[in-house]
Amino acid sequence: MLRVEKLNKSYSDSMVLKDVCLEVKSGEMVSIIGPSGCWKSTLLRCLNGLESIDAGEIHFVGEVLRSPLEMGENSFGRMTQRWRGSIGMVFQSYNLFSHMNVIENLIAAPCLVQKISRDDAISMAEKLLDKVGLKSKAERYPHHLSGGEQQRAAIARALAMSPKLMLYDEPTSALDPTLVDEVLGVMKQLDSEGMTQIVVTHEMRFARDVADRVVYVENGSVVEMGPPSQIFSSPEFESTRNYLRHFL
Amino acid sequence: MKFNAVMKFARFKSSFYILFTSVVFSALAHGEALKTLRWGADIESGAPFAYKNPQNPNEIIGFEAEIVSALASEMGRKVDFVQNNWDGLIEGLKRKDYDIVVNGLEITPDRAEVVRFSQPYYITAEVITVKRSTYTVHTLKDLENRKVGTLGGALAERILLEQAFPMEIIRYSEEVNLYNDLAYGRLSAVFLDEPIALYYGAPHPELKNVGSPIGRMEYGIASRLDDKALAIEIDQALQSLKKNGKLNEILARWGLWNELTAAEWKQPVEPSTKPVMYEQYLKTAWPSTSIDKKLKRYLTFLPVLGKGALMTVSISLVSMALAVLGGLMLAAGRLYGPRPVAYLSLAAIELVRGTPLLIQLYLIFYGLPRLGINLDPFVAAVIGLGLNYAAYEAEVYRAGIQSVNKHQIDAARALGLSSRQVFRHVTLPQASRLVIPPMTNDFIALLKDSSLVSIITMVELTTTYSQLASTYFDYLGIGILVALIYFLLGLPFVGLAKYFEKRLNVSKP
Repeated sequence: MLRVEKLNKSYSDSMVLKDVCLEVKSGEMVSIIGPSGCWKSTLLRCLNGLESIDAGEIHFVGEVLRSPLEMGENSFGRMTQRWRGSIGMVFQSYNLFSHMNVIENLIAAPCLVQKISRDDAISMAEKLLDKVGLKSKAERYPHHLSGGEQQRAAIARALAMSPKLMLYDEPTSALDPTLVDEVLGVMKQLDSEGMTQIVVTHEMRFARDVADRVVYVENGSVVEMGPPSQIFSSPEFESTRNYLRHFL
Repeated sequence: MKFNAVMKFARFKSSFYILFTSVVFSALAHGEALKTLRWGADIESGAPFAYKNPQNPNEIIGFEAEIVSALASEMGRKVDFVQNNWDGLIEGLKRKDYDIVVNGLEITPDRAEVVRFSQPYYITAEVITVKRSTYTVHTLKDLENRKVGTLGGALAERILLEQAFPMEIIRYSEEVNLYNDLAYGRLSAVFLDEPIALYYGAPHPELKNVGSPIGRMEYGIASRLDDKALAIEIDQALQSLKKNGKLNEILARWGLWNELTAAEWKQPVEPSTKPVMYEQYLKTAWPSTSIDKKLKRYLTFLPVLGKGALMTVSISLVSMALAVLGGLMLAAGRLYGPRPVAYLSLAAIELVRGTPLLIQLYLIFYGLPRLGINLDPFVAAVIGLGLNYAAYEAEVYRAGIQSVNKHQIDAARALGLSSRQVFRHVTLPQASRLVIPPMTNDFIALLKDSSLVSIITMVELTTTYSQLASTYFDYLGIGILVALIYFLLGLPFVGLAKYFEKRLNVSKP
């Protein structure tokens, strides 16, 4: 589904992502873990072109993305915009459009990008809201919702574009502990339905119990990856062990 | 013959012109299509020249109004009156806003270089006015080391400047203020044209005119240098008005007939008729102190003030529309334009913001004609105000756009929206609610700044105030009335802003 080869990215002088290689198969749930400031969020944002890359390749649905320098600023922009139409993304701070109510948040992109009729978009959006348990909150504005409700609405908004891949950037970090499970529950359900998902997270229990594979990132490099049983019980590297000691 | 100048306001395009219906009537009797005589004057310059009739603010009276009317009827034309600020009268003539200026314009060599003057229609001199309690001033020499007030740019000022002894000369632009300040003790003497002293100094209960008239000044009718045919026509008409005694009669009715004029025209020094207009002026114009009467008088001002307010609102609304549109373009140019466009927008914003609106208006209205661009006053006013505020709006919009939360834009991009869609559906709606309070501020400021366009002949609320206040010597009462009108005009905008803020503020960031 998605393959990253030798991805490099730097800000001015400092290199932040170094030769990152990663492969995600269809239907997989991959957790990216690592200490704060290890550039794992930046890695995630490179996957849908919200951040540009300096070298390397990203393969997705038969297309290859290279750095803007190699493929040209315009083609990079066009390709990543097209990709973003089929890669859903969920943010730490939910980022629902504050001037729209929930249902408008859900139908905006389908109507504008996929040119779906408003009526069709609304009936699809209502199904998705039902799925994430927000059927009764369709007319509410984001600031009238709890954090958990906002994040579930944000997941529904991403799903409204019928994505092939979902990216989550620390989706539960801003949530009250009592609200974390309702969001993770939705992600678990999507996993059981066969959705391909990449989750940057600090929820070690979730990574251990739900992810198919775990990727440990430190200082912009992939240190090791593997099934959770291996990473959590017998990590190969010292740094992985040190990091995981804080949680388990 | 009893002269009765009945005037009505007529509105063409954007300027107000005044038709002298009596003239129209006499000419229509002959069944001719009338040529017009477009007369420029500043009715704020007041009595006895040309001013609003205190009895009926819709009517313009004064000895010059009567002379122009008599001239027009002699020439078989009808009069169109065009209001202009006194300082801008000659510029307006050159701009062809009107064809003649008759407004206490003295014939001087430097003016004669830029306009053509007729033979004088009145000859007069300068007079010293002091407080009744001052007994030591009789001649110019007595003004040594004193504070002397006069109108800037007039012969009186030049005479004062020529004196060898020191004194402090204070220049004013409004006669009424001069004599009031003298009464308040801010000046120790006023040195000014005899007609002004007669109408503003002498009737004041605390002031008196002293000594004999000083110097000599001739009022002439100004026309454009290249308009020779009109100048000849005017001189002929003036000549016959002199001969048949009509000019003499008008001046006598206004109490202005004097030795200098009589000697020049070789006519008797005795006035040919009683100064009926002067007496009427003293009766009606000088303050009727009862509040009751004042309040009743304010009611009669309402139509004139309403007209002024309407003009203020029209100018403001059209300027605002231009400011919003221009502001959006400048902000977009600065934020999203390619480098040259961004720099150009920035330069335009800084240039317009960094120079006074007053100078911009003068440049647009009086400066551009030199380059062959002759704008209607309304258009010039709207362009001046609109562009000025466009520069301010541009910065308000830029601030609004830049303060939209980056995460909102991330979310929109992540959903596959194009940059244009992100701007249109996320940035713009979220920025609008941020910019409404500062925009409301700017629009109320614009409404008030529109008073500046009075300098380019627009008769709006402030011009009307100035005209009424100088006619009735009532800067306080009418001032409060006009301030109240401005306040009321601004209220709907405040309400509108509240409404939009509420509508757009359904959600907080």
